[in-house]
Amino acid sequence: MLEVSIAKRIGTLDLALELSVGAETLLVAGPNGAGKSTLLLLLLGVARPDRGRIALDGRTLFDTHADVPAEDRRLGYLPQDYALFPHLDALGNVAFGLAHFPRRERRARSAAWLERMGASHLANRNVEALSGGERQRLALTRALAREPRALLLDEPFASLDSSARLELRASLRRSLLEWRLPALIVSHDPDDAMLADRIAVMERGRIVQQGTRDDLRAAPSSPFVAAFAATSRESL
Amino acid sequence: MTSRSWSAVQQGATIILVSFLLLPVAALALTLSWSDLVAGARHPLLLPALRLSLATSTCSLTLVVVLGSLVAWWVARHRGRLSRLVESVTQLPAVIPPAVAGVGLLLAFGRRGLLGSFLARHGLSLAFSTPAVVLAETFVSAPFFIQAAIAAFRRVDENLLTVARTLGASPFRSFLRVALPLSAPGLVGGAAMSWARSLGEFGATLLFAGNLTGRTQTLPLAVYTAMESDLRAAQALALIMVAVAFAMLLVLRRMAREAGDA
Repeated sequence: MLEVSIAKRIGTLDLALELSVGAETLLVAGPNGAGKSTLLLLLLGVARPDRGRIALDGRTLFDTHADVPAEDRRLGYLPQDYALFPHLDALGNVAFGLAHFPRRERRARSAAWLERMGASHLANRNVEALSGGERQRLALTRALAREPRALLLDEPFASLDSSARLELRASLRRSLLEWRLPALIVSHDPDDAMLADRIAVMERGRIVQQGTRDDLRAAPSSPFVAAFAATSRESL
Repeated sequence: MTSRSWSAVQQGATIILVSFLLLPVAALALTLSWSDLVAGARHPLLLPALRLSLATSTCSLTLVVVLGSLVAWWVARHRGRLSRLVESVTQLPAVIPPAVAGVGLLLAFGRRGLLGSFLARHGLSLAFSTPAVVLAETFVSAPFFIQAAIAAFRRVDENLLTVARTLGASPFRSFLRVALPLSAPGLVGGAAMSWARSLGEFGATLLFAGNLTGRTQTLPLAVYTAMESDLRAAQALALIMVAVAFAMLLVLRRMAREAGDA
């Protein structure tokens, strides 16, 4: 369970959020500039809230007394373009997160993770030559190999063309259901709603409405919520 | 201007400038006989100067690369007045004439200098010593590396560093394992320029370190000294220096290319 109750002022944006994510996928939707990506940076620990609390499975990651560094938070992160390390091959990308194991074991574990995720054939490939789907699969493998307690995804399909999106949404949804980790996806794309069990709509730094897509569709609290719920496709 | 005359202007400018840049180097080689070169290679000033130049420029390059990388990383990752100020200060030596740098170094680290008088009280005298050569070379060459390193580090995608952190890497390990390898071509290029500047350093060294054979007389100073008595010897020394610099430049460019391919 990921519990978030934080506030931060960045320029003119006054961010104040309360969220909790159990073993489910929560989509944080909102227009550009709503503060969605900032929310992720605050959760990851690379930016610092002004006040509040972040806890994961009962362990405090941030409050007035604690600020666990990003490397110890056990949060898996998939940024918008997946941020694969271009100077390492696919196996090296997975092994990067397993530096606490001796070299030989690190490689064996990385290979095992690639196999588990159906990506063994990518092991020695240059990551810059991978397709959008392969990149996403590798980024997910790399994050999961660290055995994170929750996953954070930033606009996971923004850099893909529309034909690849539909197939990859289905594949990501299957992975999320299989792993049953608390997952938080931020997106401005209504079609990403099909990935989520629940949707929280964020506008100008605040959560304005939460619920299933049907809840949002039935009683939208703002024009953005109404438009978002109306244009999102049926579930997968 | 028609496209033909515009093209002719460019070609003309290229021929004039390339000839001008090449002519002095060519003159060094073309006006020297083989026996003069052999005599120059046996000149008593050559070996100590060559040894000293290689040793001091290696020391200054090490200082510049290690400290410069850290400074450049900090500057590249911070925005604001302070980082702009630090960046400007690191570029200052590039616009100061070397002779002025030598006077400044003497007034700072000389026996009666700002810091030098303090050091002298503790039995440490820098001016006119081999370490003074290293300091002078470091001073004049640092901007070349730091500028290249800042540019290379600024190109490192912030997302890669964030992901590295979430994969368990401390900020230091993220720097070492992500930022450094990705910036390697730019860093090696900057190091090559910095080293070349260091090897050619003359003015600041002469004023701050003097011209003592075996202790502070680097290759450019040896050329200058030889020139006072024997132009042929100076020419032979100069040609050997060009060859050494060119060989090092080729090695560094190859390293940069390999770093880029890796």
